[in-house]
Parts: sequence; C-alpha cells; structure tokens
Amino acid sequence: MTDKKKKSTDPKTYKFDTLSLHAGYQPHKNAGSRQVPIYQTTSYLFDDVDHAAALFNLERGGHIYSRISNPTVAVLEERVAALEGGTAALATSSGMSAIFLTIMTLCEAGDHLVVSSQLYGGTVNLFRLTLPKFGVKCTFVKPRDTEGFKKAIQKNTKGIFGELVGNPGNEIMNMPEIAKIAHNAGVPLIIDATYQTPYLCKPIDHGADIVVHSLTKWMAGHGSSMAGILVEGGKFDWMQNDKFPTMTKPYEGYHGLSFAEEFGPTAFTMKARAEGMRDFGPCLSPQNAWNVLQGIETLSVRMQKHCSNAEKMVEYLLSHESVAWVSHPSVPDHPDHDLAKKLLPHGKGSMIAFGIKGGKEAGEAFINNVKLASHLANVGDTRTLVIHPASSTHSQMDEATLKFAGLSQDMIRLSVGIEDFDDIRNDFETGFRAARRPRLVSNQ
Amino acid sequence: MKFKVNGVEVFASTGGRPFDKKKPLIIFVHGSGLTHMTWVLQTRYFAFHGYSVLALDMPGHGLSGGESLKTIEDMANWISDVIDAVGYKEASLVGHSQGCLVILECAFRFPKKIKTLSLMGGAGAIPMNPELLSLAENDDPKAVDLMMDWAHGPAGHFGGHPVPGLYHINTGGMLAKSRTIKNTLGIDFRACDNYKNGFKAAKEIKIPTLSILANGDKMCPVKEGKKLADLIDGSKVEIIDNCGHMMLLEEADKVLNILKKFILTYFPIKKN
Repeated sequence: MTDKKKKSTDPKTYKFDTLSLHAGYQPHKNAGSRQVPIYQTTSYLFDDVDHAAALFNLERGGHIYSRISNPTVAVLEERVAALEGGTAALATSSGMSAIFLTIMTLCEAGDHLVVSSQLYGGTVNLFRLTLPKFGVKCTFVKPRDTEGFKKAIQKNTKGIFGELVGNPGNEIMNMPEIAKIAHNAGVPLIIDATYQTPYLCKPIDHGADIVVHSLTKWMAGHGSSMAGILVEGGKFDWMQNDKFPTMTKPYEGYHGLSFAEEFGPTAFTMKARAEGMRDFGPCLSPQNAWNVLQGIETLSVRMQKHCSNAEKMVEYLLSHESVAWVSHPSVPDHPDHDLAKKLLPHGKGSMIAFGIKGGKEAGEAFINNVKLASHLANVGDTRTLVIHPASSTHSQMDEATLKFAGLSQDMIRLSVGIEDFDDIRNDFETGFRAARRPRLVSNQ
Repeated sequence: MKFKVNGVEVFASTGGRPFDKKKPLIIFVHGSGLTHMTWVLQTRYFAFHGYSVLALDMPGHGLSGGESLKTIEDMANWISDVIDAVGYKEASLVGHSQGCLVILECAFRFPKKIKTLSLMGGAGAIPMNPELLSLAENDDPKAVDLMMDWAHGPAGHFGGHPVPGLYHINTGGMLAKSRTIKNTLGIDFRACDNYKNGFKAAKEIKIPTLSILANGDKMCPVKEGKKLADLIDGSKVEIIDNCGHMMLLEEADKVLNILKKFILTYFPIKKN
C-alpha cells in the first residue's frame, strides 16, 4: 500500500489529547463561548406543552431539571465517554455515588455480585454492609484469584466488580480473563479505573462493560471538587438472557419502555439517568463539572509527570534503608508486573504502597513529619499525598478484614504528585529521619 | 415488537407506544450496517402523536433474524412485504442513506402503497469508495471507524449529542459492530454500489417527497441529493448547516422539526 493510499483509509477522528480539550462541546451552539459555559440553573424553559411532553417521554434529547441532566455536566459526560471509548456516560456527585448508581441500576433485591476484595475502604463497606441492607449480597474474591471469580458466580449473580489496580495494595485484576468469565456467565464486568484514568488504560478495550471513576482524583487533578462518573462500553447484550428484566422488559415508569430495545448500546446509561438520577438524585453540580473539565484538559501531560515521578520514587524507596518493601507494578518482582506491562503500557500509575521499617509507630512518625507531602484522605491530587490506611481510610475494618484486603500496619500509601522530584525526595528524607527516632520528633 | 415477514422474524421499534393498526403507519429504514436505534430521536415523537411507527431492523441486522438482503431491489420488495405483514395497505416511508435508495425503489415498485417519501442524506446512487467497500467485505473493523469518521460533520466530531451523556461517534460505531461487519455493512455497501435504478425511479415518483440534506455531508453531498430531488416532481429540499451525514443524530431536533412539518402536512392523521 502506498503512503497516499494508507492516508485515505486512516480515520481522521480526533485522538486522545484533542478529545481531552474538545469532546462534547461545540462553541457555535453556545454563543461562540470558547470555554464551556457553567449553566448554573436548576431548570430549563419548555417551548410549549408539546415540547415539555416530548422531553418527559424521551422523544427528544434535552434538559428538564439539573438533577437529571445539565448542559455543563453533559459536556463532561461526553468528554469522558469519548476518552474511555464508551458510548455514553453519566456523571454523579462523587465516585461512590457512581458505584452505588451502577449497582442500583443493575441489581434488584435478591441479586448477587462477585467483588474483588482489594478496594477502597468505603467501597468495601458499601458491598459488605450497605448493599446487603437492600437485599444485594456479595462474594469477595482476591483480585489475583482469577479462577476464584468463576467459582463465586451464582445463579443470581448480576455482575463482577473490581478496581483494576486494587487500593491500596496495587494488586492487579486480570481484566481480560475476568471479562471472559463474566461474559460466559452472561453478566457485565464493572471496573473502577480511578487510578488509571483513560490515559493509562481504557478498560472497555480489555473487556469491561461499565467503567466507573472518582473524577475527584487524577481526572480532575486539582483536588478542589468531588465528582464521579459511570461510562458504558455499549457492547454488553442485555437481551442475551433473562437476568436483567428491568433493562429488557417494559418499564412502567416510562410508558412501558424497554431500555435495551430502544437504546441498545446506551441502554444502561439511559436507565441509570431516567430511573437512578430521578429517584436517587446524586447529581453533579455544574460548577464542579466545570472544575473537573479544567483538569481533564491537561490529563495527558499530568499523567506523564505523575508516572515519571512515581518511577523515580520507586527507585528511591527500593534503595532506602528505612523501607521494608515497595509495591508498585513497575517493580520487576511485583507479582503483576507482566500483566501491568500489557494493561498499562503508558505508565503504571502514581500510587505506591510501601512498608516502613519500625511498623506502626515509625509510619505515624513519618507521616507527622513530612511537610511537602500532604497527609489526607485523597489520592490523585497534583500534590504528593501520604496516608497510613490502617488508621484512616480502612480504619473501619477489623484485623481479619484488613488482612483479607491485603493491608498491613506498616503500610504507607503514597500518591506521587507532579512537584519537582528532588523536593519530594528531600521531604521524604525528613520523614524517614523522624521515623528512625519516633519518640523524639513526634509533634503531638 | 417482533413479527414475521416471509417466515423470518423481524424486529421493529414501535417508538415506545403499542402498535395500533387504526393509526397511519410510518416506516423508518436505517442506513448501511446500522439498526433501528439510529431513529430513536425521530420515532418516539410520531409514536406519541397519533401514528403507528415501525423503525425496522433490516433482515440480518440488529435484533432481526434472517440474512442481510443483497440488493436494494430485494430490500424494496421486503419493505412492501412488511406493510402486508402488519396488515396495512399503505404507509409513509422515511429513509436514511442506503435507506433512501430502498424507499425510493419501493415507491417506484409499489406506487399505490407508498404515500410520502422522506429522504435523509439521500442520493440517486451511492457508489462506494473501493477501499471502504473492501474493508467492510473483509470484516475489518476499520471500515466502521472510517464510516463513522466520514459520516459525521466537522462539528459532529466534537460530539454535542442532543441526548445528554451520549457520544455520537462511539454510539454509531457500536451499532455498526453489533453484528458481523462483513454480513451487514459489507453486504449493504455492495448493494448500494450495485444499485443503478435511482435516477430512473425518481422520475416516476409522483408522491410528496422531502429531501433533508446536510452541507457537511461527505457521503451523500448536497449536490448529489439535489440532483435526485430535481428529478422528483414537486420535491421539497431542506438543507441543514454545520452538519454531516448522521444528521438524524447530529441535528436530531432540526431533522425532527422538518420531518414533523412534512408528515403532518402530507400524511396527516385522519379525523373521524
């Protein structure tokens, strides 16, 4: 094939960095405003009674009330759908509400989920304690136990859920294989890809059917705004079995509408919005949607710096006398190193877990004495963040649950920021020095 | 709803309302490799406003059974069979892209059955780019990517879907990949490429006809649409600015408003 011919059959659809800046928005439909406007409004005028009815009947696209949809939020939704390679997306007030809405759209009382055991502590509690109150039970499986996911599937299983890279132990699910297990059982695979962002991995390309994010983290980057999103892959066939009657059978709440028949590759998002946002209402504010959009504009360049700083940090920690162990997928002896190379070709992320010599006391002293790194319950900020999970994010867990979740008392979770690496390293040196003399330098 | 045509199960969306034989029938015919879902922002309006709607999945497409039909002429005959199968004597037809060739040929063959034609992104002939045709016939997903690229106008490439949260290009691409590409898109593209009767058929059309064209349409450019419209007596032409071939998604509201005006005028609901 000549170069000329090759060019003629190369699609000219926009690529990742361009989509990060432009997807979902047309200035000429918004008074020529180059920046996405903030539609700070609760509701939208109807042209006439017929127009109002058309919007309520889903005859036309458009906005009714900002709990259901909002033009600024819709730009964010389209942008993330475009970046993830999804057909549709629905933004929510937080990552947790995105997970809750996903499960409530998928499941009914009496249903069952197979769930990775290594998750953010809040997510563990949702699946372990809260969902059973709604009649949805879960079986937890260790993320590396691929066969375990298959064994845990029951007749009433409606999906498999996991974080691609588990929080905080950095264990990686074999997503392509677990997707096959889910699909053979006729259920979708739901992946929380907050740690990766679509810059590092697009789970839909590896078999995931629904992707959820806490946009609060790397996607926004600035740590100023809470937001979450669910993204639909569009490939899952809801009509292949009778497991999902609320997707396939006439729905009383919308004149007997069958979401799967009518909306096909966007059916899940349409149902999550029409039913979930209407009934639960975890809507994202337009201001926060706009704030997240500002972050997404620079997603690529930030992720590159996050990853390069993380690699330098791994090297530094591995050779440090105060460090007992380091867990990051870039480390060759990490059990999932080969899988990470396949699933995360553009970088292995900026979350590092390490064990500090001296156990819990040393860990506390380290955290109390670093000054540049921030001690807080967040990850994915542009600033470097540190936390001691056993005493904070996962503190509601008892000893046995901590162990099952892959946590230890000496573990420090580190979210590497994009500061100058030398400054982060110097700050850590201060922390490690204090950790070696915990009683003398405690600032309590 | 599902029903049988010539013994083969067919799926058609009824626009969210029960199919009612007492109401006038509008049939929507999708483009190459696509499904009934492309029409969701047009069909529901008519279904909620006194019409019976069938947004068909052509044989071998979407949720319909059977194998893809290999010629536009066979597809035209099949549309006539659909009208018979659901117990009607007449219908108004709406088509997009390849669907325009199908309904044009159907009106030419069955002039008494067809009451109006609405052509969106239509032309008298749709010769295929040989490379695109070859990719589709060889089951290469790149054919879908290319089609989605060419089918969306410059603005459509940015998104801005009328339904909040939906992303045009990926949604269209997923529809086109919902069945085996060579057995849907490949066969459809070949059928379009082989069809030569469009201009002759147009000269024989005596029913009200509307052409909705888009000035950013690379697949069926405005001049080709106008060439066809000029051959049809009294044909009306509407051109949408800043829009590509996927006008029914890219500018869904404008398309619906134009279509509404035309259908309500030329295929009105009879009042008792």
